[in-house]
Amino acid sequence: MLGRLTIDALPLYSWIAVGGALVTVMAVLLTALIVTWAGKWRYLWEEWLTSVDHKRIGIMYILLSLVMLVRGVIEAIMMRTQQAIALNNEGYLPPEHFEQIFTTHGTIMIFFMAMPFLTGLINVVVPQQLGARDVAFPFMNSVSLWLTAAGAGLVGISLVLGKFSTAGWTGYPPYSGIGFSPGVGVDYWIWALLVSGVGSTMTGINFITTILKCRAPGMELMQMPLFVWTAFCTSILMAFAFPALTVVAALLGLDRTLGMHFFTNELGGNMMNFANLIWIWGHPEVYILILPAFGVYSEVTAVFSKKRLFGYRSLVYATMAIGLLSFTVWLHHFFTMGSSPNVNAIFGIATMIIAVPTGVKIFDWLFTMVRGRIVFHPAMLFTIGFIITFVIGGITGVLLAIPPVDYLMHNSTFLVAHFHNMLIPGALFGYFAGTQFWFPKAFGFKLNEFWGKVVFYCWFIGFYLAFMPLYALGLLGMPRRLEQYTHPDWQPFLLVAFTGACFVLLGLFSVFMQFYVSIRDRNENRDLTGDPWDGRTLEWATSSPAAPYNFAVIPDVSNVDAFWEMKNKGEAYHFPDQYKPIIMPANTGAGVLIGLFGFLVGFAFVWYIWWLAILAMIGVIATLIVRSCNDYGEEIITSEAIMAIESQRKAQLMSQGKL
Amino acid sequence: MNQDMLRQVMSEHREDCLDNREFGFWLYLMTDAIIFALLFATYVSMFRNTANGPEPIHLFDLKHVFFETACLLISSVTFGFAWLAAMNKKRPSVILWLIITIVFGVAFVFLEVVEFLEMIQEGAGPQASGYLSSFFTLVATHGIHVSIGMIGILTMTLQVFMKGLTPQVCSRLFRLGLFWHFLDIVWIGIFSVVYLPVFI
Amino acid sequence: MKSCRNVLLSEWLAILLALLVLSGCSMQSSPILYPKGPVSETERDLLLLATAIMLFTLLPVYLITFWSCWRYRAKGKGAYQPDWHKSIFVEVFIWAGPLVIVVAISILVVIYTYRLDPYKPLVTGEKAFRVQAIAQNWKWLFIYPDQQVAVVNELAFPSERPLNIEITSDTVMTSFIIPALGGQIYAMAGMTTYLNLRAYEPGRFSGRNTQFSGRGFPHMVFEVQSLSEGDFSQWLDKVKKANKRLDSISYQKLLKPERKHPVEYYSWVEPELFRQIIAKYTGASGALPLQKPRSLE
Repeated sequence: MLGRLTIDALPLYSWIAVGGALVTVMAVLLTALIVTWAGKWRYLWEEWLTSVDHKRIGIMYILLSLVMLVRGVIEAIMMRTQQAIALNNEGYLPPEHFEQIFTTHGTIMIFFMAMPFLTGLINVVVPQQLGARDVAFPFMNSVSLWLTAAGAGLVGISLVLGKFSTAGWTGYPPYSGIGFSPGVGVDYWIWALLVSGVGSTMTGINFITTILKCRAPGMELMQMPLFVWTAFCTSILMAFAFPALTVVAALLGLDRTLGMHFFTNELGGNMMNFANLIWIWGHPEVYILILPAFGVYSEVTAVFSKKRLFGYRSLVYATMAIGLLSFTVWLHHFFTMGSSPNVNAIFGIATMIIAVPTGVKIFDWLFTMVRGRIVFHPAMLFTIGFIITFVIGGITGVLLAIPPVDYLMHNSTFLVAHFHNMLIPGALFGYFAGTQFWFPKAFGFKLNEFWGKVVFYCWFIGFYLAFMPLYALGLLGMPRRLEQYTHPDWQPFLLVAFTGACFVLLGLFSVFMQFYVSIRDRNENRDLTGDPWDGRTLEWATSSPAAPYNFAVIPDVSNVDAFWEMKNKGEAYHFPDQYKPIIMPANTGAGVLIGLFGFLVGFAFVWYIWWLAILAMIGVIATLIVRSCNDYGEEIITSEAIMAIESQRKAQLMSQGKL
Repeated sequence: MNQDMLRQVMSEHREDCLDNREFGFWLYLMTDAIIFALLFATYVSMFRNTANGPEPIHLFDLKHVFFETACLLISSVTFGFAWLAAMNKKRPSVILWLIITIVFGVAFVFLEVVEFLEMIQEGAGPQASGYLSSFFTLVATHGIHVSIGMIGILTMTLQVFMKGLTPQVCSRLFRLGLFWHFLDIVWIGIFSVVYLPVFI
Repeated sequence: MKSCRNVLLSEWLAILLALLVLSGCSMQSSPILYPKGPVSETERDLLLLATAIMLFTLLPVYLITFWSCWRYRAKGKGAYQPDWHKSIFVEVFIWAGPLVIVVAISILVVIYTYRLDPYKPLVTGEKAFRVQAIAQNWKWLFIYPDQQVAVVNELAFPSERPLNIEITSDTVMTSFIIPALGGQIYAMAGMTTYLNLRAYEPGRFSGRNTQFSGRGFPHMVFEVQSLSEGDFSQWLDKVKKANKRLDSISYQKLLKPERKHPVEYYSWVEPELFRQIIAKYTGASGALPLQKPRSLE
């Protein structure tokens, strides 16, 4: 009846795991209780969960990612603590628990922290920057969100039922095969990736279409804001790289569930094919994570230097070059597999070529600052912190791209330090900068700047303390994923790294403190104009938060920095006497339903509950069929309703002296 | 006046929507093409990994594959006729051609299942070797696509029957057609990469 | 109370500082920065050279960052030109600069990837010393085909001769490295990979698996001994005296997953064992029996 799900699935193997399970259950119960107590279930369902409004979907994505960030950072702290004490002893974590943690930390940070964060930012901002009213496929957007949430749910429930994979976030076979890893862990990993991966593919399709088809009239490609360009490039990568992840996860799943031999040791399996397939997805994935952050930096640098972006064309070409090249370098993840020097040298050079457009971008941002007037807003601090830190990561990246150097440093903590050096400043700092920058646009009030600076300094210092020692440890020959060790000279470095992790924890606390303080003081920090930073692009032309339709009248665009141009010409705010009615997509619960069924499909396959798997798949198909018969998923906003909203906005602008 | 404006806004909105969906569907097909491309690549790279098990040369029956191919190609043609009928607004013949398409689609899936079952009975199932795993996965992925396509055709038959040939229904039919013809192209790939080299 | 916390904080900072200083000293134990063989030394030199070249990008970035943050801050003296957004001179410089550096390093990549190809035999006067390494859970079995002995978790070789290692795995994918001499390469079941290494002089180093392989992964280490000729023949005598035989039956026993397996000597080894282990997975003739994989979780 319940497949392999028995009472043994409870995590009674260690007290810490029991604690994790309890915290998870309590957090869910507590959230449900608070919503019930506040009587907000109906509001939550009608206004948020079923929403197809890109702004709300974006906010939900970012909420999901913050929850996952908390879990990821806690896991990081747990690993750092273990390694700080586990010299010649077992440490405080049983090995099976430590192994799960390094796997979930990577899986969560990549798939359920970074992916939702960047997708959320793109959702909130891109349609407004394009002068569009919504994305091209609002319903599909909701499905993407709920499939991502379903994947996150699978990783979450693995804390309570069963164990997660111990095979690392890339799940290399044959270790991850059914023979060597017979538990449910790898299946959780596979299904979390499959379910959320479909969501990401659809997000990619959605935003390619949105950006190509829904731009404001007059906006040529070469007039799109840089963030839109990077979102465009990221979407292309999502649409064309994620299918590879789907394939590789599905093949591993077939090996495990149906006993096939794609990646097994015996009977003609080929584990090297796994490495190829997963990195054909995996390397573009790195740029999926980093490019949107590059977009944020471009916007932030221009606005807070009060100056037009330097070398717009260079930045665009560099972005697209990075996108293209990212598909040509996957083999550098396994130079040590025994390829011929021809192959290794070619992939090494291809990898290094990416450093050229990346370097160009860095200099373009720097020259945007030159001859500007720099405001050291937290978003700008993150940008500057990124520039000086990312360069170090770039250098170590080029080092690792030299095959003979990689022979020495592969699988070491040097590598761990390198990719954290790319992803923390290169991606996470960008997402934080984006949050500081666009928060007023999403919620109508500014974030507290003092706490924003605290967030920055904690993460910045924490990063250096946590990861510079790992570079040194790599040179001392310490491999990654080590649960205990016997080298006394490694411990000082690990203690420093542990201190760094504590700073990062403090930074995480400050993130929430900043939200708390800002919400408490929201009335003093209201953004009544919709343009708190003297912005340059179209998203600042809407009110904060934007009306459901974003723009009552779609603007005409004739330049880069469209809104800046309008302000200069005195045409920024325009209120006609009459408005045309606007058609918007209507909310629907079908997205939530598909997410729920997706979760059940994954859960059923993990535990071999076949009847549930079949029912849930029928559920997905039935929901899609019913939805496909629905011609009129749309809602009319009448001229009168628009007039009401817009005259309020007009009054607000007048009170701020903008009209 | 207001009603006219609303009607105009509404029709513009719907036209944009359908236009976007067709564009988006092309993108979806490209992502699906990548899935098949990687499955093809996997198949080719595992061609020699038969692990002393059954060799491709003994597994396939040319006649069988010929009938499979014929069914699928004919179903593609009949779908084309359904689309032509839809362009001419002939509702009954759209329904008729769609039903004929389903019949050929079912025949294709039936033949494929028979082929699979025979192979499994001969001990050449997907667990026998890496080569056979990749064969079954590639061909079955296509078969599952065809089956999903038939659920789509069934749905669209009902929609044409109940709603008539509205712009929305026609747009869906058009996209379904793209999907169906795409599967044909994939099958031609399977025929040329999986079956043909064995017989040459 | 407050002062107490301050003391704690400052003490902690002092400890951290001390740790940093100490750790600076302990870099001397780095097998990578202080290599013990020609391969690892060339790899180290390449690492340092490439780092030096890339400092040419680091410096301008840091200079421009700090200079512009200072000069163009709100009260800075720099001229404010809000529309300055292109300059052919600057654009050429920022594309050409990184390009030149990447071309320079690419040349290094080509030269050294061929020179340090791990499959390429090292050219010295001496004949290479052959060793076959097999990854197991969680230990390394070394077969010395020319001496017909086998040793678990210890790799000894005469220091004058270059080392030629054939590597395979009888379990999951692992990765073989001796950081002081060079490395690393994956060990995969049914396949052979090769490393050609050399030590400058007699010495003891450590080697390990760097690819996570389950519960016993932290202990999957082995000692490497580069021995003078006399020491090596003594070592060989010691092994020969062990009076244990490694044939297909005792091999099955050895396969049992075990953490912290001690060094173990086999005075005789079945001649074709390495090939037979690989044949388990390729289906070639003469293979050892293939047992079901065991859970490593």
